[in-house]
Amino acid sequence: MKKAYLGIDIGSISTKGVVIDKDNKILASTYLWTKGNPLKAVKEVLHSLKNELDETSQIVGVGTTGSARKLIGTILGANIIKNEITAHAIGTLSKYPDIRTIIEIGGQDSKIILLKDKVVIDYAMNTLCAAGTGAFLSSQAERLDIPVEEFGNIALTSNNPTPIAARCTVFAESDLVHKAQMGHKKEDIVAGLCKSVALNYLNNVGKGKKIISPIIFQGGVSKNIGVVKAFENILNEKIITDKDGHLMGALGVAILSKQQKEINFTFDIIEDEFETNSINCSGCPNNCEIICVKKEHELLDSWGNRCEKGNQIINKEQKTFHNE
Amino acid sequence: MNNIISFPHLGNYYHPISKLLSLLTEEEITPSPPITKKTLELGTKYAPDTVCIPFKYNLGNFIESLENGATILFTAGGGCRYRYYAEVTETILKDLGYHFKFYKLIKKDMLNWKDAYQIFKEINPELTKKHFLHSIIYTLLFIFYMDEIDKIIRKNIGFEINKGEHQKLLNKMLKEFKQTDSIIRLTKLYKKYKRKFKKIKKDKPKDCLKVGIIGELYTTMEPFANYELEKELAKEKTEIKRFTNLSYLLWQKPLLKRRMKRKVKKYCKYYLGADGLDNIYRTMYLGKRKYDGIIHIKPFGCTPEITAIPIIQKVCEDYNLPIIFFSYDSETATEGINTRLEAFKDLITLRRKNNEESIFRD
Repeated sequence: MKKAYLGIDIGSISTKGVVIDKDNKILASTYLWTKGNPLKAVKEVLHSLKNELDETSQIVGVGTTGSARKLIGTILGANIIKNEITAHAIGTLSKYPDIRTIIEIGGQDSKIILLKDKVVIDYAMNTLCAAGTGAFLSSQAERLDIPVEEFGNIALTSNNPTPIAARCTVFAESDLVHKAQMGHKKEDIVAGLCKSVALNYLNNVGKGKKIISPIIFQGGVSKNIGVVKAFENILNEKIITDKDGHLMGALGVAILSKQQKEINFTFDIIEDEFETNSINCSGCPNNCEIICVKKEHELLDSWGNRCEKGNQIINKEQKTFHNE
Repeated sequence: MNNIISFPHLGNYYHPISKLLSLLTEEEITPSPPITKKTLELGTKYAPDTVCIPFKYNLGNFIESLENGATILFTAGGGCRYRYYAEVTETILKDLGYHFKFYKLIKKDMLNWKDAYQIFKEINPELTKKHFLHSIIYTLLFIFYMDEIDKIIRKNIGFEINKGEHQKLLNKMLKEFKQTDSIIRLTKLYKKYKRKFKKIKKDKPKDCLKVGIIGELYTTMEPFANYELEKELAKEKTEIKRFTNLSYLLWQKPLLKRRMKRKVKKYCKYYLGADGLDNIYRTMYLGKRKYDGIIHIKPFGCTPEITAIPIIQKVCEDYNLPIIFFSYDSETATEGINTRLEAFKDLITLRRKNNEESIFRD
C-alpha cells in the first residue's frame, strides 16, 4: 500500500486537484471550471483523480486551499486548510527551490510573493478591484471576437503595441474601444492589452516591491504568452513559466498535509450528499449570515456567527437534525 | 420636554463619555445603539460616496440616535479632513429633516477646556467651575485606567486558558468604574482590577509572536470597523501592541510630538498630519524592539496614511520588518482580510523558525 496525499485548490474560476506520493511526485492531477458550484466541481475533481490513480495508493492526507477552502475542507475532513499565499509558495519551492519572486495572476485576484532563503518575506494581493486579471482579459477577448486561448499568439505578431491606459479596467476598456474605432490594428491592440495587464500588475500589486530574479509566473494568465513577453520586456528579466503552474497551490497544500496527523480518506465521499444552508440570525440589526454545512443528518460545521444569540440558533439546528 | 444627549461610538469609550456627560448635565444620556451592519448601511446611504469610512459610521450612529429621540448630539474633531466632518454631518442630518443641537468639542485640533466649559454651561447653567474641573479629571483618569488595563489585556488575551475570562473581567470592571464618582475610589478600583487581570491564568511562552498595530485612529480603535482584527490575532496566539488610544490622543501625543519629529528626522523632515508622523515613529520603535511584524490599517482613501505609507515601507525595509497594509471600506466580507492575515501569520512564524531545512525537504 503506497501512501498518497491529496491537495485541492478551489478558486473562483477553476478547481485544481493533485495527488502526490511521499516524494512530492505528482501521481494524478485535474483541472476544471468551478462554475460557481464548488461542491459539484470538487466531486468531479475527485472522480477524475480516482480514475487516474492506481488501486494500491491510499490517501492519508488531505489539504484544501483557495477561496472555498473552508467549505471543502470541512466536507472532506481535510487535515489542513491553508491560505493560497502560503500554499503557492510551498508548492513552487518544491519545484524551484531558488525562486525569489512569484507572480500569480488568476481569474479574480492577483498576487505577488517574495521569497528569500526558501521563506516568504513579503507578499501582496490586489485590493479593491480585479483590474488586469483573467476575468478582464477574457471579457476583452470576447469584445474583440478572439478566442482567449489564441490571445497570446496574436499579440506576438504585433511590432507596435498600442498604448492602453493601465490604471483601471474601466479606463482601459474605454481606451480600447476608442483606439479600435480610430483604426488601430487588432494585433496591436491585443499586444497593448497584454502590456497593460503587466503594467497594471506592477503598478498595483507590485508597487514598492523589489522584484528579483529568478521570477516565476503562475495562474491562468501565465498561459498567455503575450503577457509573459510583456513582463519580460518591462522587467528585462527572464520569466519562468511551468506547465504545471496552475497546480502549484494544490501541490503546496498536499505537501503541507504530509506534516499533519494521518487520516483515512476514501473516495466514497463522492457518493455522499452534502448540503449548505444559510440562516439569517435576526437577533440584532447586524443580521449575521450563518452558514451551516450538513452531511446527511449531521451538522458538520458552521461559520459566520458573531455572538451568543447565533450559538443558540446553531444548537437548535443541530437538535432538529437529531430528531429527524 | 427633556433633552436626550447622544454621541457616536468608539470602542469601549462610551462608558467614560456617558459618565462625563451625566456628571456635567442633568439630561438623559443615551449613547448611540451598538454599531451593526444597519449603522453602516444608513451611513453609506446618506454620506458622500468617497468620504472615508469613519464618517459613515459616525453618520449612521447619529441617525440611529436621532431615531431613538436624541435632541443633543456631541462630536469630536481631529487632525485630518475629520476637522470638517462635524459641519458636513450637521448639514446632512438637517437636510434629512431632523431637529437637534450639535456640539463640536475639539476645535483647531486641540481640546480647548474653556470652550468646553462654555458649551456645558450653556446646557446646564448651574454648572460650577469646580465641579467641571473635577468631572474632567475624573473622566481623564477613567480613560487612562481603561487604556492601561487594555494594554495588559492585549498582551495576554491570546494566551488565556479559560476562554473569555479577560472579557468578563473587563465588563465587570467597567460596570464598577461607572458606579463611583470619587477619584480616590476609582484609583483604588483600578489597582484592584490590575492585580486581578495579572492573576488570570495564562499559558504564555516567553518568545511568543509579537505584532504591532499602527494606522489611522478610528479603524484601530473601533473593533467593528476593523472586523475585530485584535480578536482574530489573539486567536492565533500573538501578543499585540497598539499605540493609539484616547489617552494617547488627548494628552500623550502633544507631549511626544517634538520628540517624535526629532527621532524620525532620517526619514521624514516635515510634520505629517493626523497620525502619519506618529506611525513612522512607531514603525521605527517596533523595528528597534525586534517585533515580528506590523499591521497597518486605514480607511480606504485616508490621505495622511497614504502619504506615510511609502516612508513606512522604507523604514520596514531598513529594519527588515514584515508589514501588511489593510484598507477598510463599507464592504463587510471578512474572507479577503482573513486570507491575508493567515498568510501574514504563516510568514512571521516561518521567519521566526528561520531554519535552514525547509518544509518540503523533510
